[in-house]
Amino acid sequence: MRGSREAGQEHAPALHELTAHELSDLLGSRQVSAREVLASVFERIEEVEGEVHAYVRLTREVAEQQACEIDERRARGEGLSPLAGVPLALKDIYCTRGIETTCCSKILGGFVPPYDADVVERCRRNGLIFVGKTNMDEFAMGSSTENSAFGVTRNPWDLDRVPGGSSGGSAAAMAGSEAVVAMGTDTGGSIRQPASLCGVVGLKPTYGRVSRYGVIAFASSLDQAGPITKDVRDCALMMNVLAGHDPRDSTSIDVAPPDYTKALLPDAKGLRIGLVKEFMEYQGHRVDPEVDRAIAAAVERLRELGATCGEISLPSLNYSIPVYYIIAPAEASSNLARYDGVQYGYRAPDNGGDIIEMYSRTRDEGFGAEVKRRIMLGTYALSAGYYDAYYLKASQVRTLIRRDFDRAFEQFDVLVGAVSPTVAFRLGEKTDDPLAMYLSDVCTIPVNMGGLPGMSIPCGFSADGLPIGLQLVGRALGEEALLRAAYAFEQSTDYHKRRAHPIRDKNGRRAAVARA
Amino acid sequence: MRLTPEEVDHVALLARLKLTGEERERFTTQMNSILEHFEQLQQIDTAGVPPMSHAVPMSNVLREDEPAPLLTPEEALGNAPDQARDCFRVPRVIE
Repeated sequence: MRGSREAGQEHAPALHELTAHELSDLLGSRQVSAREVLASVFERIEEVEGEVHAYVRLTREVAEQQACEIDERRARGEGLSPLAGVPLALKDIYCTRGIETTCCSKILGGFVPPYDADVVERCRRNGLIFVGKTNMDEFAMGSSTENSAFGVTRNPWDLDRVPGGSSGGSAAAMAGSEAVVAMGTDTGGSIRQPASLCGVVGLKPTYGRVSRYGVIAFASSLDQAGPITKDVRDCALMMNVLAGHDPRDSTSIDVAPPDYTKALLPDAKGLRIGLVKEFMEYQGHRVDPEVDRAIAAAVERLRELGATCGEISLPSLNYSIPVYYIIAPAEASSNLARYDGVQYGYRAPDNGGDIIEMYSRTRDEGFGAEVKRRIMLGTYALSAGYYDAYYLKASQVRTLIRRDFDRAFEQFDVLVGAVSPTVAFRLGEKTDDPLAMYLSDVCTIPVNMGGLPGMSIPCGFSADGLPIGLQLVGRALGEEALLRAAYAFEQSTDYHKRRAHPIRDKNGRRAAVARA
Repeated sequence: MRLTPEEVDHVALLARLKLTGEERERFTTQMNSILEHFEQLQQIDTAGVPPMSHAVPMSNVLREDEPAPLLTPEEALGNAPDQARDCFRVPRVIE
């Protein structure tokens, strides 16, 4: 690979286009340095970031120092992690010691955390290089990255469309080759839906598999950290870095993680795979025909790869939207009570010297519209007289959703279906209709309700050249079955090898999309 | 169950949000449309179903109560909008 690059062949991929495992080989054998890889990533950022806006903050100085250190350690012959020297894009929800972290909210403007998230510590320990903090919906509330205080991110496959959300910046950074691996978080689909809309791989691990310590809280019983990568092998390598018990997160699972790369087998023999009717149809509304066809073809491919495929209906999933939009805002209204202009972040300058006035003005000026809407919904759902009708009822239906999943896993090892009912929608298309935006998470939300692992992998393109994702869902701690099915499928296709080219032509239109 | 603008004001007070007139009007309409969609939950029979508050069954997770270094006062106050004498400073609370 490096050889052909040196031979000056026109179509040899640039370093920033490679996957982490490809770079790992080149770095480990000292054919390239971490500094060269980083320089290539920053060249790419200069080329496309003006259009894509995947990042809200670049940390080039930190990155260069980290890259130098890795190169020196490697030169001394130290044994390094497989991902040492690989450039990483971190969602702006992860606390990074000494690096501003805002959750893309005005209310956390200027906040410099005095500590690292567990995920960030693990990435530092493994020698990953911190390229920057990526754009997201404010406090991870949204499905399009249009709710950021720092402006929108554009989908590298079509600059007039959203990248999905809330981890839209991280997914766009992967699709646009502006980093080599990325981190997102997923409360109702925020890793899987943007991964699907951007044509990359995203994994939401089992709740508790990856520590939430230092991840700014949205809905604590649903939030989970996970990787967004260019292919399935990179996803497994990232899981080897991320998974493990952390005593600082009381919901962290104390079970030793496996070597996830061992799950990467070329076939799906013996796997029982179930297509979930409710992942294809919500209350009678079918997913888009193009998505429908791509998922059906993916199931057929899995069958050819040796899996036994069937179908199942899980009727309680038809209620997951109202359940989620009661439980998540209720938890958020409590978690976000801490933003009061006292300990960190923004304080309204004009507060009349009254503490309640100071709190209320700070919060009204500091939070964006969607965050306020959810705080209002959550406060209402928890308020006296309404608790039983909303929060208690939703928590009971959550039990029914989990029971439906448990029943499905008596028959199947992996459940599949759509990630998103549509391909990437246009910027501004749903911003005035919160309910329409909420419905775009219909296929991903039930998985968070059950605390189960869920994954999105590319499984096709629409006629307009927009990516379509296949969702895979596993038992609690069943990440290996997901990775196995995902890897076997991926290796039998070339969707993961296509790269977006987010550069407009002279008429302002997006350039031709895919290059295999 | 229709939410009036006065109820929206009450919820805003509980949530410590000082809404502008325009926000109050918009949120009343939007919250009503969202709550209407939520009404369908009431059709489901949940008699005897325990509520689920967590994805992983866990009892209390305890640790030894051992002193350990935490943040220094400088680190703790480093992000404060206002501070004085190693404390966070806020508008007067007690008359």
